[in-house]
Amino acid sequence: MEKVAIVGVGQTTYERRKEDTFDELVFEAATKALADAGGEIGDIDNIVTVSNDFWDGRTISSMAVQDAAGSWDKDISTVEGDGTFGVLYGMMRALSGSFETTLVVSHIKGSEAVMNLITNAMFDPIFHRSLGVDATSSAALQARMYMEKVKATQEDVALVSVKNHKNAMNNPHAQLPMEIGVDDVMKSKMLADPLKLLDCSPISDGAAAVVLATEKGAKRFKKSPVWIKGVGHISDAYTLGYRDLANSRALDAAAKKAYKMAGVKNPLKDLDVVELYDAYSYMEPLWYEGLGIAKEGKGVELLKSGTTAMDGDLPVNPSGGVISAHPVLVAGMTRIVESVLQLRGEAEKRQVKGAKTALAHGINGACGQSHCVFVMGV
Amino acid sequence: MAEWLDKVENVYFEGRIKVPYKWYVGEVGSRFLVALRDKKELWGTKCPKCNKVYVPPQKNCGECFVPADTWVQVKDTGTLESFTVVNYSHSMQPDKPPLMYGLIKLDGADGSMLHLIGGAAPKDLKVGMRVKAVFREKREGNILDISHFAPE
Amino acid sequence: MGKKVAIVGFGQTYQRSSRKDVNGVELINEAVHTALSDAELTINDIDAIVIGNMDHFEGVNYVDCWSAEGSGAVMKPIFKLTTGGTTGTTVAMCGYYHVASGMFDRVLAIGWEKNSESDTTGAIVTAFNPVWERTRFGGAIAGLAVEASKYMDNYGVTERDGARVAVRERLHALNNPYSQLHQEWMKGMEVDQIVDLLVTSEQNQMLAYPLRMSDMCPRTDGAAAVIFASEDVAEKIAPTPAWVVSTHNRHNYVFLGDINWDRNDTLETAAKKVFEDAGIKEPLKEIDVCELYMPYSYAGLKWMESIGFCGPGEGPKLVWDGVTDMDGELPVNPSGGVMSSNPIGATAIIRVGEGALQIMGKAGDRQVQKDVNYALCTGFGGCNWADVMLLGKKKPS
Repeated sequence: MEKVAIVGVGQTTYERRKEDTFDELVFEAATKALADAGGEIGDIDNIVTVSNDFWDGRTISSMAVQDAAGSWDKDISTVEGDGTFGVLYGMMRALSGSFETTLVVSHIKGSEAVMNLITNAMFDPIFHRSLGVDATSSAALQARMYMEKVKATQEDVALVSVKNHKNAMNNPHAQLPMEIGVDDVMKSKMLADPLKLLDCSPISDGAAAVVLATEKGAKRFKKSPVWIKGVGHISDAYTLGYRDLANSRALDAAAKKAYKMAGVKNPLKDLDVVELYDAYSYMEPLWYEGLGIAKEGKGVELLKSGTTAMDGDLPVNPSGGVISAHPVLVAGMTRIVESVLQLRGEAEKRQVKGAKTALAHGINGACGQSHCVFVMGV
Repeated sequence: MAEWLDKVENVYFEGRIKVPYKWYVGEVGSRFLVALRDKKELWGTKCPKCNKVYVPPQKNCGECFVPADTWVQVKDTGTLESFTVVNYSHSMQPDKPPLMYGLIKLDGADGSMLHLIGGAAPKDLKVGMRVKAVFREKREGNILDISHFAPE
Repeated sequence: MGKKVAIVGFGQTYQRSSRKDVNGVELINEAVHTALSDAELTINDIDAIVIGNMDHFEGVNYVDCWSAEGSGAVMKPIFKLTTGGTTGTTVAMCGYYHVASGMFDRVLAIGWEKNSESDTTGAIVTAFNPVWERTRFGGAIAGLAVEASKYMDNYGVTERDGARVAVRERLHALNNPYSQLHQEWMKGMEVDQIVDLLVTSEQNQMLAYPLRMSDMCPRTDGAAAVIFASEDVAEKIAPTPAWVVSTHNRHNYVFLGDINWDRNDTLETAAKKVFEDAGIKEPLKEIDVCELYMPYSYAGLKWMESIGFCGPGEGPKLVWDGVTDMDGELPVNPSGGVMSSNPIGATAIIRVGEGALQIMGKAGDRQVQKDVNYALCTGFGGCNWADVMLLGKKKPS
């Protein structure tokens, strides 16, 4: 099969409120990605944007950013979901033989929307929405279920917040670089028991972009390619009560597909760095289990062992992760961007030495219903 | 903050997408809500393949992808599988905080139902505790005809 | 190079002004089951799913997640796409690229909408820039009325010409049990007579000059699903698969005010690219049937010119000559088209599915009475955006 590379990446800084409009954010990320690749918009054969009408407060929200993505007189499409799914579609379009290069962009202005209302709208209007649940309260139900199952304390999962916010100190794009301790997390405001403010990702503004190319297309650019070695995406059931929230079988299945494609046999050993979607602290150890870097029920143990710390064997979220900046729809693409920087050795202060294989992960829906996993290498 | 803000007044518009909706519930959901409203009964649908009983009911089993076409009455009592206490307030919520939510596995059902918990102090909630549905006096054919689940 | 891809199954719900008997997930489920049974496959045979609609018509966020139990996506790959009116073709193209990439062999592409449950215009207005256009120029009809009056002025086109197209669509719809509008009263009347009635009747309300009620598409509830399969399996699933010969789109415009009202240049470019790929030089002669996404009557004149079926200003003659009728050289919209049924997120994928049925010879009473080698299907939406997909009987080389 034809291979697809990532030849350019771009991202804005992530902030609580940016004054730029949607299209200005996208233009910044897109031009950065093109410049990073050492190419220009004329080198791009087709465009994929990532948009969500609820978050943007606009029907056909894709319309607002396509000029900024340089889509004039080009094929274009729009994925509504996390940025990883947008990159996946861009990859399919390149593999189809119709296009040699794809520019994928994503954007969000969480500051202009109301998170609670928008995530309440992902619950079905018949049986769930009127209860007033949202992303955070549903995540709290998952957190407790998982923590009860693995007998983890709030202090245990707080370690994710401590680790990742500290990692963010090395990332100039992160929104919440912080040196904090477990007690700071424990003292922070209880939002939805057991989730406290510092267990939760912030509301963010920002944009990201990647340039994808086939082997032939990659020759148009100066930058040496990072190859997509494997990818998998799988959704679990929708209704919270009908799935086992403490066991991410969908992530497990998605990761296995990606590993098979990439020839990853033992993820804990074969991967050098992981960027995963830690929208809430407890998610990180839960996703460890789904990704197979910890056995079922052993995610917290892995976390506590220090293996996933910056100086551990498999650093997870050197960027600071989603808990340090959560541009919804962009966040998974940010994980890809960060992985690419790691593989190129361009991650500066957050660089994991000698990283050859990286994993990036994105989610869609409440409590991580749907997952997308990328394995990349040089 | 962007530099231009020193030089240019930052104009913004406020808006709200206000579209009225009328959501039809469908056959199985309607049967469920009518039984809830008129008889204070809870019914689920059963998948003929995996034998799971879904409450609220599903027209088809998502796992087996076949019609879940047998009706099974379940009890209005159940076990708390998980819970949270929400301390922030928002206009979409049905009540003022603290709001207690639970995933309740009703006796006779597989999987659990998301609903509110009441009649208990937040600190007394425990996974595994027994709860019972408290019905509203005036019921209108929606999920809030169950006011909440309270300790049994 | 990627895999060749064919359509091997199509299913649609009955499109009606209101499907009160089902909720959205159940409506999706109906289309999925119909498509699976058409292809004689089960959900286990499906490797991946894509779905699309327009969020604010149902008020449900993350529809791919919400509908998983109904679409069959539990423990399967799925994601959502949305591009407004073009959503259906966007989803079809995505299904195509899933398979063409070589990553999946059998992919289900679903489009759906329950327009009855909300305020269609109220939602569409919000598609336009809130600062510059929403307050004055938003909504579906405004832009189309401007396009129609400009076209009339350019070529001396009359309201009767527009009505002639509307009559064709509604007459064709009488052959399609899935279509929403069945205007039985037209049966047995002379075309001229119906046209006269439409342009003079006071009951036929003028919405925005020159567009009357009869010039517009309805609001519809419905869903449709198309199954795409790779060349490795397509011929084992369907005796006559409908091969995707080429597909292109152009979504150039962001502001209504920027549109080139003289020509539908996005459709012109996308069609030209498709014809180049297929080696088609004389579209009118070489294309056997067209499912044109036309949300209003005048599109059936001007956009025919944009595709290259005739020269500029020649649309009305083509239609009056009967060329686009069921027994003409190029039947357009045997299904009755968008003007007879418009469940927006499904509308464009229905064009693709109907085109596939014509190639497969499974269109029933609306099957055109000639050999169908090429079916051209289009999608329209956004801000004069155009998607084009050409289907063929012969496997592309």
